[in-house]
Amino acid sequence: MTAPTASTAPVAALALGDDALVLSHRLGEWAGHAPVLEEEVALANIALDLLGQARLLLSMAGDEDELAYLREERAFRNVQLVEQPNGDFAHTIARQLYFSTYQRLLYGQLAAGDTEFAGLAAKAVKEVAYHQDHAEQWTLRLGDGTADSHERMQRACTALWRFTGEMFQPVEGLDGVDWEGLRAVWRKSVEGVLGRATLTVPEGPQSGAWTAGAGRQGLHTEPFGRMLAEMQHLHRSHPGASW
Amino acid sequence: MVTATTPLEAELLRIAGSVPDPELPVLTLEELGVVRAVHLRGTDAVEVELTPTYTGCPAIEAMSLDIERALRERGLREVTVRTVLTPAWSTDDITDEGRRKLQAFGIAPPRAGRASGPVPVALGPTRTRIARAGETEQAAATSSVHCPHCGSADTELLSRFSSTVCKALRRCLSCREPFDHFKEL
Repeated sequence: MTAPTASTAPVAALALGDDALVLSHRLGEWAGHAPVLEEEVALANIALDLLGQARLLLSMAGDEDELAYLREERAFRNVQLVEQPNGDFAHTIARQLYFSTYQRLLYGQLAAGDTEFAGLAAKAVKEVAYHQDHAEQWTLRLGDGTADSHERMQRACTALWRFTGEMFQPVEGLDGVDWEGLRAVWRKSVEGVLGRATLTVPEGPQSGAWTAGAGRQGLHTEPFGRMLAEMQHLHRSHPGASW
Repeated sequence: MVTATTPLEAELLRIAGSVPDPELPVLTLEELGVVRAVHLRGTDAVEVELTPTYTGCPAIEAMSLDIERALRERGLREVTVRTVLTPAWSTDDITDEGRRKLQAFGIAPPRAGRASGPVPVALGPTRTRIARAGETEQAAATSSVHCPHCGSADTELLSRFSSTVCKALRRCLSCREPFDHFKEL
């Protein structure tokens, strides 16, 4: 087993940890607002899984609370997809479909590798399989549902498409990952689900001109600052407070 | 997977394993399969290896405190509970006795033998039943989730996530009762 060097491990731990933390917070925003009680519970459970991953990953990079609550926007390394606002339920499901498919494939590769992330990935990949299943079932229901749900699901899938390319940018410290292979399998999987859901695969590019995505470099979209302000407010107002 | 080397360590492992699960108190931690090992460090210090069911399971802190209390009552001065992730916990680690207790408590136990590798994602039916055409009774019985109340295999999924992250919500189509199902992981 190759020991990861101290300089690269935190970069990857921050990238993966921030993805999980930020999406966990976004999903938690549904509490009290989900369309039905079962969905409220489901989204909170997915958020809890992600929070568990985030705690372990951020602890590999430093003090988990300091990293979550005291960093400025530019210091976060999550992809821009996960920070996108919840929108309507279709937007949340499209974000879940894109991200959980990616996370499951990435963790699958990490679980088979020999980095320090292998153990966590082997554990989390089993949980993420349920996230992906949840997102796929809802994509089918909404896409192949009423005219209104179909239109909203299509709009959401199209709106978030330009954020998907960023997920396949190589992350320093995750050298064993086959990023292009990951992208190809991701695309096949997502296209399959969209097809079964009678939805059209968005035509725009995933990366390059007219796309978004520099979260891994610390550049974030406007809604992220507002999300962080809410997430960090309590901790910053009452330093060191505990239950 | 569970290791104890000396008679004293075996006894301490039994004590740690007899602690009830904080969220499912019908089960002990041993029956849940989460206490991995106990190592003596000197004469009155001990280290316990505990593995979480789910990465974000909030019960892990309560479990650690309960184990610590139980071992201190046995006379240990210093108790350290260490969380281990590898190998990842699986519902196959729940003992047969644990499965029986879950069933008696009204929670359908996880189906066995599905834990190797990632959980397959199937865009298949959410309903299980007694036997489909061309399917043996045995194959149907292992793939079905049975109602813990009336035993029927004709049940349907209501939600993939229930009162805790480890459970799914189902409904029995024979007796119409909703019930929790401990998901395979």
